[in-house]
Amino acid sequence: MSLDRSDVERIAHLARLQIDESDIPSYTENLSSILNLIDQMQQTDTAGVEPLANPLDAVLRLRDDVVSESNQREQLQAVAPAVEKGLFLVPKVIE
Amino acid sequence: MEWEVVIGLEIHVQLSTTTKIFSGASTAFGAEPNTQACAVDLALPGTLPVFNENALRMAVMFGLAVDAEIGKRSVFERKNYFYPDLPKGYQTTQLAEPIVGPGHVDIETDEGVKRRVRIHHAHLEEDAGKSLHEDFHGMSGIDLNRAGTPLVEIVSEPDMRSSKEAAAYARKIHAIVTTLGICDGNMAEGSMRCDCNVSVRPKGQEAFGTRTELKNINSFRFIERAIDTEVARQIDLIEDGGKVVQETRLYDPDRNETRSMRSKEDANDYRYFPCPDLLPVVIDDSYIEAIRATLPELPDARRARFIDEYGLSEYDAGVLSAYRAQADYYEQVVNACGDAKLAANWVMGELAKFLNQSDTDIKDSPVSAEQLGGLLVRIKDNTISGNIAKKVFELMWSRGGSADEIIEAEGLKQVTDTGAIEQIVDEVIANADKQVEQYKAAEPEKRGKMLGFFMGQVMKATGGKANPGAVTGILKQKLDALCD
Repeated sequence: MSLDRSDVERIAHLARLQIDESDIPSYTENLSSILNLIDQMQQTDTAGVEPLANPLDAVLRLRDDVVSESNQREQLQAVAPAVEKGLFLVPKVIE
Repeated sequence: MEWEVVIGLEIHVQLSTTTKIFSGASTAFGAEPNTQACAVDLALPGTLPVFNENALRMAVMFGLAVDAEIGKRSVFERKNYFYPDLPKGYQTTQLAEPIVGPGHVDIETDEGVKRRVRIHHAHLEEDAGKSLHEDFHGMSGIDLNRAGTPLVEIVSEPDMRSSKEAAAYARKIHAIVTTLGICDGNMAEGSMRCDCNVSVRPKGQEAFGTRTELKNINSFRFIERAIDTEVARQIDLIEDGGKVVQETRLYDPDRNETRSMRSKEDANDYRYFPCPDLLPVVIDDSYIEAIRATLPELPDARRARFIDEYGLSEYDAGVLSAYRAQADYYEQVVNACGDAKLAANWVMGELAKFLNQSDTDIKDSPVSAEQLGGLLVRIKDNTISGNIAKKVFELMWSRGGSADEIIEAEGLKQVTDTGAIEQIVDEVIANADKQVEQYKAAEPEKRGKMLGFFMGQVMKATGGKANPGAVTGILKQKLDALCD
């Protein structure tokens, strides 16, 4: 399976990555070869094999429902670029 | 052409855990912005999620309550999209292997339409934060207190055929989750939010029409209105030769219209994959059965028992059993007064009126179930009439205290002394020559209705305290004696 230029542009957009026009051909080639490898893996017969969600042979540990975190807003917001009235400020987003 | 409406609902239920689904930060409502958002909720580098067992337990409770298969193995996945109130850049959710598999609920509309609505599945996920768009000089403000609050998203099959069925289904889900105690059910605070998938097709056609999704509706009334509005829009569009576009639409209650919110072009590509930070959740039969053993009586069972045990109508039983706190209150009133129908009338009547007017939850009612029961006892033993009881109730509501204290302090005890009543009746008759003449001239079978005037006069003279039964008897006897 090979990608074309528009696929690469779309993937970059979904990942919010800004890419240089001149890099697109090499990205296209690299990503296509990864997909080719996956195509090759897809040839393997996996009938009867359970899909793997996680390679570790373990199950999720559970936590008791007890508050363990206190208010640390001041420290946590110290590194934020803009804060007002306790809110993080970000460039305006409108739906 | 005749159209059929097809509706499926996705209901997000906020679980009433103490802490978030993957962090130990509090989920209490109404805290100062970002004071309950810890490093995990903010997605700071190096933090890892740790799953809250109580969220798992609550999801299993819901699954058992809707007769669903419980996923003994469930897997968290990442749903990738960018929005400032989602700091990680993905929502941790479930897709291929959810905690709750196929189940069903039975609904009934006010018109008596009964239907079984299948639940496709229900999965656990985390809520996002909140974005505030006003007043930050061209910036948006982000509050992440809600980020990481556990949600169960309940996805129905497209089984509903009218807006009323959709609302009945949402009410039933509300009744179930509040009865289970896994959600506070406060829709105004966003504890339960509903997305409606709506399409229309010519009656008799099997294939579904193109659907639109109405987002984030937070009241039962708006579910009905939003769907009705959207259905009308779709039918107009198709009949004018247009085509419905699959998209997300927003319902505007002020204008009663839906409008396009965003096209799904990009949004559809969420690139789900299993979350590498979380291992599969595995539970066994003994875990599930231990939870089953803790399930309270569910609304359908309680409704049936109310009909059976208390002789209530289907409607009354349905209303009283829909909300657990109300059902509990009602049963306490019944225990206190021993009269199930009188209790039903008062809980659904006077009490509901006062609760609605003051926007008070029944859990916070200033008149307790025992107090209301005490009042009803005094109606039953003829200490006060139903009308006086309303007055007593109002005073109990505003001032507190038991019915007996208020009846005593206000001197509201009903006059049952026949001698005293007879004297008043005599006075009333003596001062109403005209009405007495009319009574005498009337056909005997019409006289019953004419008692109203005399009754009113006696009540006026006694401040409403005369026992209505006794007054009627004495009036009839004395007036009829004049006719002979």
